[in-house]
Amino acid sequence: MTDRRAERAAERRRRDRRGLLIATVSTVVVIGGLALAILTSPGWEDVQRTFFSWEVFRDSFPDIFKAFWLDIRVFMVAEVAILILGLIVALARTSTAPALFPLRLIAVVYTDVFRGIPTILLVYLIGFGVPALVSSSTESGGALDWLPTEPVILGGIALTLSYGAYVAEVYRAGLRSVHPSQREAALAVGLTERQSMRHVVLPQAVRSVGPPLLNDFIALQKDVALIAIIGVTGEAFRQAQIATAADFNYTPLLGAALLYLAVTIPLARMLDRWQRSRDR
Amino acid sequence: MSPPVIEIRGVTKSFGELQVLGGIDLAVEEHEAVALIGASGSGKSTLLRCVDLLTEIDDGDIFLDGEVITDPSVDPVGVRRRLGLIFQAYNLFPHLNVLDNVVLGIHKGQGVPRSEAEAAARELLARFGLDGREDDNPERLSGGQQQRVAIARAFAARPRAMLLDEITSALDPELVGDVLRAVRELKGEGVTMLLATHEMGFAREVADRVGFLHEGRLVEVGPPEQVLEDPQTPETRKFLRRLLDAGRA
Repeated sequence: MTDRRAERAAERRRRDRRGLLIATVSTVVVIGGLALAILTSPGWEDVQRTFFSWEVFRDSFPDIFKAFWLDIRVFMVAEVAILILGLIVALARTSTAPALFPLRLIAVVYTDVFRGIPTILLVYLIGFGVPALVSSSTESGGALDWLPTEPVILGGIALTLSYGAYVAEVYRAGLRSVHPSQREAALAVGLTERQSMRHVVLPQAVRSVGPPLLNDFIALQKDVALIAIIGVTGEAFRQAQIATAADFNYTPLLGAALLYLAVTIPLARMLDRWQRSRDR
Repeated sequence: MSPPVIEIRGVTKSFGELQVLGGIDLAVEEHEAVALIGASGSGKSTLLRCVDLLTEIDDGDIFLDGEVITDPSVDPVGVRRRLGLIFQAYNLFPHLNVLDNVVLGIHKGQGVPRSEAEAAARELLARFGLDGREDDNPERLSGGQQQRVAIARAFAARPRAMLLDEITSALDPELVGDVLRAVRELKGEGVTMLLATHEMGFAREVADRVGFLHEGRLVEVGPPEQVLEDPQTPETRKFLRRLLDAGRA
């Protein structure tokens, strides 16, 4: 009995060792072959000079890194605003009270419209349209002077409106995913409809939508770069563009790409872990 | 003489083409336990849900302590606060611990201050053999324990009547006993009950009267000895014989 067990364990170990060996050899051959092919190809030196120049990277990266701080701040502020806006829109859409019908209608139109417009178009429209509106209003009495004209704020508003529509739909799916028996159980213990939403359905919905929300935020983190098109200075993508324009070397853009990856990859891993722990 | 706690008069309910309740008349007096038996789909659960106003009736009336509760002008929240419904599938709140499952209704629903509600909930959980489990997530409990939490949750507000919807049907046989013990304890306190069940032994022991539902009609109502031992209608006899053959009675 014990011999059989030892025999099997030994066989299993042998098989594991062989698998590891094969994986190692195959990886070295494939990756090494690819690297060799690239590095010895005739155009490699030009590619390296244009995209992977260490000198250019060293000179441009500190400024891009500093500029990336603005991306992070816009991302964080927009994220909070989006979570709030999305929740309000989702609750408005799932409400049933007759008095809230106009709110329901606005919520439906909002999600349909803003989810259907390209984010870049929205950033452009708000980022340039609102300042134009304010300056024409100043000429005719200044009724709209209170509107913000700061590109970074307008960009943040545009991102919030665009992503708010997505996040509202995520919340709504979460609300629908809570089984109706939960609402009934809440009503049965004497809660009102509103209380059962607030204390029973909503907490469960919010928990269930964590991973899809995080997914939207990974996308948002990248789209913050869009505010560069409306003249937000000191933003990482814009900064990289400026550095690139100096001598037609594209290494700074790759530097900026590294910074975005430094945020999005950990977020993506977090999302994976989160989902795995919930599937268990 | 005071009116029955629950009185059901001529209640009908259809889901689309399917008539589930075809004119039910039944009264449950104070301190009385009435057990509804009958095949799956005979309308037992629907009737209980109609009493708790989770399902709207088509015709007829239901009264609670002599007041009609099924008129559209009646606020269902106030009615449900005077009733305690226990579901077949427990329907505990998975995002709350055991204690808060019991506290939520009495605190938010009935407006009892949090500390008082917690004390009452602890005491009740202990009575149903759940002390030490207050902080657990309900999903970590066995089915029998979960259903006892649900009983505590429904009883916490000392309702005028308890509605028990097949509360042992989802349980493994060896867990049924603890749940039935909890119900027996409620019965011992004189709690008015209307219950739907598949357990004939349970109906015989706890119920003062047994009603046999067949295709949405109350075919026979009477003391358990009579309905279960000496049924008067062919439908009841047939149902009980089938149960006997299946070894359930």
